[in-house]
Amino acid sequence: MKIFKIFLIIFLSISFQQLKSDEKNDVFKYKILKNIRCLICQGQSVYDSESDFASSIKFFVDKKIAEEMSEEQIYELLREKYGTWIIYEPKLNKKTFVLWLLPLLLFLLGGAIIKKLIFKK
Amino acid sequence: MKNKLNLILISIFLVFCFFVFYNSLNNSSTYSPKINGEKKIPIFKARSFNSDNYIDSRSVFKENKYYIVNIWASWCVPCRREHPLLMELSKSKSVNLVGLNYRDNLNNANKFINNLGNPYAQILIDKDGNLAVEFGAYGVPETFLIDKNKKIIKKYVGPINQEILEEIKLITK
Repeated sequence: MKIFKIFLIIFLSISFQQLKSDEKNDVFKYKILKNIRCLICQGQSVYDSESDFASSIKFFVDKKIAEEMSEEQIYELLREKYGTWIIYEPKLNKKTFVLWLLPLLLFLLGGAIIKKLIFKK
Repeated sequence: MKNKLNLILISIFLVFCFFVFYNSLNNSSTYSPKINGEKKIPIFKARSFNSDNYIDSRSVFKENKYYIVNIWASWCVPCRREHPLLMELSKSKSVNLVGLNYRDNLNNANKFINNLGNPYAQILIDKDGNLAVEFGAYGVPETFLIDKNKKIIKKYVGPINQEILEEIKLITK
């Protein structure tokens, strides 16, 4: 009976670990798929789409995660095959720096205006 | 003076916004992929259509010839439309046709080939679409032209037509 209990505890702890790692993998996969644009059904991420293209990309990402590729490596592979458009979040480079800096500039400008108005009062 | 400056700045900003939005009206909202630009062929292993064997990409593209990779499926209507053109292209000795059967039912794919003819020197099975993604494909039908250096030199999204056929013949002759 004692041995049975020990086996049961070991079995449950292994199953729990497995469940935890599956959950971690699912969160990781969800994050990646949500950031990939479905090129067939625009306006939807690959995660939300049911098109053949999206299903193929989902399988591709699954495979690359199983090969232990990082998030950025998977994005890079997809950019090579489909161009930068496929990833929702653009990389910071010569073409996109305005996109990245503009919100920051507007935030600073807004802050300056608010500060000026408060001090004026 | 200060009010005038503010008015000028706001006017400039509004004019800028107007031009940005006006310009965007002329752009198409649908994404059209860049179809040209040289790329290396992917390295893969795929199941053969005619046997249960897995074939390496190096043995698929081993000859010093041009290759056409055509992605097709029996459920794809435009594939039926382009099939006679592929049959015509298969007569050319300077080019080898490789078919990629995309997310298809094998029985239906067999019927498709038996009814319409087999233009392919080799058919590979892409059950889950992974191989099509490796090639950078969007769907079916799609055709890739590969040169003797094993580089993808052209990509045709959608069914090929007579004009494309002539272009391929001209490049591969």
